[in-house]
Formats: sequence, C-alpha cells, structure tokens
Amino acid sequence: MGHVPLSWYLVLSAILFALGVAGFVYRKSIITVFMSIELMLNAVNLSFVAFSYELRRIDGQIFSFFVMVVAAAEAAVGLAIILTIFKNRGTLQIDEVDSMKL
Amino acid sequence: MVDTILFIIFAIVAIVSGFNLVLQKQPIASALSLIGVMGSLAVLYLLLGAEFLAMAQMIVYGGAVMVLFVLVIMLLNAGREKSSAKSWFAQIAGLPLLLCLVALLGFLIRAILPPMRSVEFGSWVGGTAEHIGQLLFTTYLLPFEVISILILIAILGAVVLAQKELD
Repeated sequence: MGHVPLSWYLVLSAILFALGVAGFVYRKSIITVFMSIELMLNAVNLSFVAFSYELRRIDGQIFSFFVMVVAAAEAAVGLAIILTIFKNRGTLQIDEVDSMKL
Repeated sequence: MVDTILFIIFAIVAIVSGFNLVLQKQPIASALSLIGVMGSLAVLYLLLGAEFLAMAQMIVYGGAVMVLFVLVIMLLNAGREKSSAKSWFAQIAGLPLLLCLVALLGFLIRAILPPMRSVEFGSWVGGTAEHIGQLLFTTYLLPFEVISILILIAILGAVVLAQKELD
C-alpha cells in the first residue's frame, strides 16, 4: 500500500472515455450528447496530465490547457447551435432532427 | 498512503458520476454529475502536481462551461428525454463492444507502455502558474495567439448563431 501507480490514472482515463463514448452513442437528448463530448475531452486531459507527470515535462499540461480552451469555445458555439435548433424545430430529441437523412 | 486513499475516493466519485451522467434521463441531473466528474478530476490534477491546471479546471470547466450548460437547460426547459427505438445492432452489440474498448485500452496500458513511476504527492510540482506561463509565452507563443483568435471567432459565432433563423 505505497503510492499509486501511474497506470491507474490511465485506466481511469480510459474508463471515463468509454463512458463518454457510451453517452454519445446511446443518449437521445442533444444536450446530454454534448455533455458526453465534454466528458471525453476531460478523460483525455487526465491522461495528458498523467504523461506529463511521468516525463517530468509540463508540455502535456500546456496541451491540456489548450484542450480546455477549445472545449470552452466549442461549448459556446455548440450551445448556440442547440438554441437555434430548439427555436426553429421545437425539439431537443436528436432523432427528430433528421432533415439531412435520405 | 494518503495519496492512495485520495486517489481511490476521487476515482470512485468520478466513475460513479460518469455512470450517472450516462444513465440519468433528466439533462439537469446529467449536468450536475458532470460537475462531479470535473471536480474530482481537479483533485486528481492536484495529486499529479498540476496546480494551475486544477484551478483552471475548476474555474473554466466547473464554473464557466457548466454554468452555460445549466443556463441552456433552464432556458429550453429541457425535461425528461423520450426514449425512442434503438437499432438492433446497438441493442445487441453496444455493451459488449464498449467493454471490449475498455479491456483493449487497459491491456494496452498494461502491456505496451514501459514501467512507469508511481505517483507521490508533492514529489514533483511542475505545473505552477510560473512554469506554465513561462512555457506558454515562449515555446508555445504562436499557438497561444492562434487560440485567442479562435476564442474571438467562437464569441462572434455564438452571437450570430443564437439569433439565426433556419429554413
């Protein structure tokens, strides 16, 4: 019972990423699908920081910071798109927004 | 010893909140579980010596992004989502494929990566604001400037998109 192996952090990151994939594929509400994407980004950030610890270099943390910034920008634009879809179509169900479907 | 206990507690909180996010039918419950995931990840960043990133995680994700999500959920009055028919392929193969993904990633982490050091809290603090700022404004100056333009475009895009009429 000493210290935590770094691979535990990576396994945790893999589990969170898989949960994000599951939410992305299974959920039907646009907002929840969007939150699953955020969960996947967070999982990847965790492994960036873990590798940064392993290599004793902070470049990984800088990448993680950039991912965070891009996620914030993406959230602003994505939620604006969700607002527009709801205003024009009156629904948040992902399978009712299917005008591009053949 | 203490790092092990802290890691286990917050890893369990993160995984339970992640499951809750996927399984809840109310979007607001999913949003609150996502805040739980982000908060526990911030603690894990602290354990890994990334102080600045832990604070940025709390402020940017836990604060700004999640407030945006909760605001939109409130604004659209998003209630319980209707479950609709899923394809037979998703029903049969979805869960096994997902378990395969986790097992594959776990195997790769165990088998391919070289043996790695174990995490000891306080043995390496590389992620202070000083270190991050130094690297951000020297080596990564160009990406930093590009990403500020990206943020500007995102602000304009959000304003334009939110008042757009489709069809």
